Amino acid sequence: MLTRLLLMVTLLAGFGLSPVLAAPDGAKLYGRNCAACHGENGTGGIGVPLALPAFQSGVSDDYLRKTIRHGRPGRVMPAFSQLDQAEIEAIVRHVRTWNKGTPATYSARPVKGNPGHGKKLFAQYCAACHGANGEGGKGTGVTFSRPRDLPIMAPALHNPGFLAAASDAMIKATLMHGREGTPMVSFLKQGLKEKDIDDIVSYVRGFEKQPLSGSAQILAVENPVIVRDSGYDLDTTVENVKRAVSNNNFFYGRVQTLEYGLTDPANENPKQVIVYFCNISLLNQALAIDPRVGMFLPCRITILETNGKVQVMSVNPKVLSSLFNNSELNRLCDEMSKSYTAIMEEATL
Amino acid sequence: MKKPLQWMGAVCLALLLCAPAAAGDLMMARVNRLFPEAMTLLQSAISSRGYTVTRLQQVNENLQRREFKSDMYRVVYFGKYEEVRQATARNPGLIPFLPLNITIFAEGDQAILVTSHPQMLRDYFPDPELKPLFERWEKDMLEIMDEVREAG
Repeated sequence: MLTRLLLMVTLLAGFGLSPVLAAPDGAKLYGRNCAACHGENGTGGIGVPLALPAFQSGVSDDYLRKTIRHGRPGRVMPAFSQLDQAEIEAIVRHVRTWNKGTPATYSARPVKGNPGHGKKLFAQYCAACHGANGEGGKGTGVTFSRPRDLPIMAPALHNPGFLAAASDAMIKATLMHGREGTPMVSFLKQGLKEKDIDDIVSYVRGFEKQPLSGSAQILAVENPVIVRDSGYDLDTTVENVKRAVSNNNFFYGRVQTLEYGLTDPANENPKQVIVYFCNISLLNQALAIDPRVGMFLPCRITILETNGKVQVMSVNPKVLSSLFNNSELNRLCDEMSKSYTAIMEEATL
Repeated sequence: MKKPLQWMGAVCLALLLCAPAAAGDLMMARVNRLFPEAMTLLQSAISSRGYTVTRLQQVNENLQRREFKSDMYRVVYFGKYEEVRQATARNPGLIPFLPLNITIFAEGDQAILVTSHPQMLRDYFPDPELKPLFERWEKDMLEIMDEVREAG
C-alpha cells in the first residue's frame, strides 16, 4: 500500500503537479494579480507606482503585506483574501526587488498627540489632497479617470484598509519626510513641528472610531438579479420592454436571443430573448469613473418564457459597486438599479 | 515506521492534488501589445478553447458617434451552445450573466483585459449541479487571460 502510494506521488510529481509544494513564484503571482494596475515593473498606472524609490524606502514589508491582505475598501484596490501567507510574502519579495536600499521598519507603538489640534492642522494642510474627512482624492488611478500628469492619487486615510496597514510611526514618518516624486511634501519643511505632526497622526488614527467614510462604502446587494413576472405573453412583453426603455431615457438597440451566434438561427431558443439598450451620456459618465464597467455593457434586460410563465430579469447594477470595489460608482449603480426596476415594472404591470 | 510514512505519503498526495487558491471577483490583465494585436490574441485564445465569439461590442465607436471621446474599447462575448443551453435550462437566473465576456480597452501602447471570475456565480447560484461548469469556466478564463498576458 505504502509503496503504491509513494509511487503515485512520484508519478504525479513527474507530471508537473509538484509546484504546489514549491515556494510560490512572486513574479508570476505579481503578474497575475498586481501588474494590471501597478504595471509590470511597478511603474503604476491605475495603482500606486510601487517601484518609486520614495515609496520603497517609506513603507515597511508589514504595510505591503497588510495592504495586499485587506486592500482598500471602496477604493479599487481589492483585498486579496484568496492568497495565502506564503503567496503574499512572495509578492512582497518580488516588489522589493525594485528596492535599492533597506526597507523601512516601524514601531507598532501608538503616537500620542492632541487629536483636536490635529484636526485643525489636517484641515489646513492635508484636506486639500486627502479630502476634508480623509476620504481621499477623486478618481480611479492615474491612467483611468485621473489627469495623467500626476504620479499618484491622494490615498484615502479614513479607510479601514489603510488604517489596518499603516502604523502611527509610518504615518508620522511620511508626514515628516514626505514622499519624493509625489505631491506629498515634508511637513517639517512646511514649518510644522514634530509635536504638530504627532497631533495629525493622532487625529488620523481617530478615524478608526468614526463611522465608515463614504469613500470606503460599497453598495449592499440583496439580490444579484432583478426579476419581475409578466402578465403578458413573451412577444408583448418584449414590445413593452422596448417602449419602457425609451420612456426611461434610454435608446433601444437591438433584440437577440441568448443563443444568437452560438448556433444556427433555426436552433436558437426563441423563448430566451434579450433587449439591449443604452444611454450614451450615462455610459460616458460610468466609463469616466471606472472604464472596467464595460463588461456589463450594453444595458440589457432578458425576457424568458418557461412553462408558459413570462419573466423579465437583469443583473442588479448594484453588483458593480462591490465587484469593482469602487465607491465612486455607488451613485450611478443606484440610479441604474432604479432605472432597470422602473423599466421592468412598467413593462410588466 | 510504516504509519508515519503512510501519513507523509497521504499528506504529499493531498498537497499535490489540492486545487489552486480561489481568487477574488475580478480578473484583470495588462498586455504589453498594441490594442489590435492584443485583440487578435484574445480572440485566438478564446477560440482555441472551443468557444464561439458571438459578438464584438464596439463601445468606442458608439461613444464617438455621439461625440464622446474614447480610446479603443471592445466587449468580446463568447460561449458554447450546449453549455449555455444546459446551464440556463437548469437555472434561468443565469441568463443575465451570459454569454461570457471579456472587456478589452487600450491604455496607451498597451491593452487591459477585464472580466469577472466565473466562480463568483457559485455564490449567486449554489446549485451543486452547476459547480463543475463554473469551475470549467473559471479555469478557461484564467488560461485565456494568462495566455494573452504572457504573449505580451
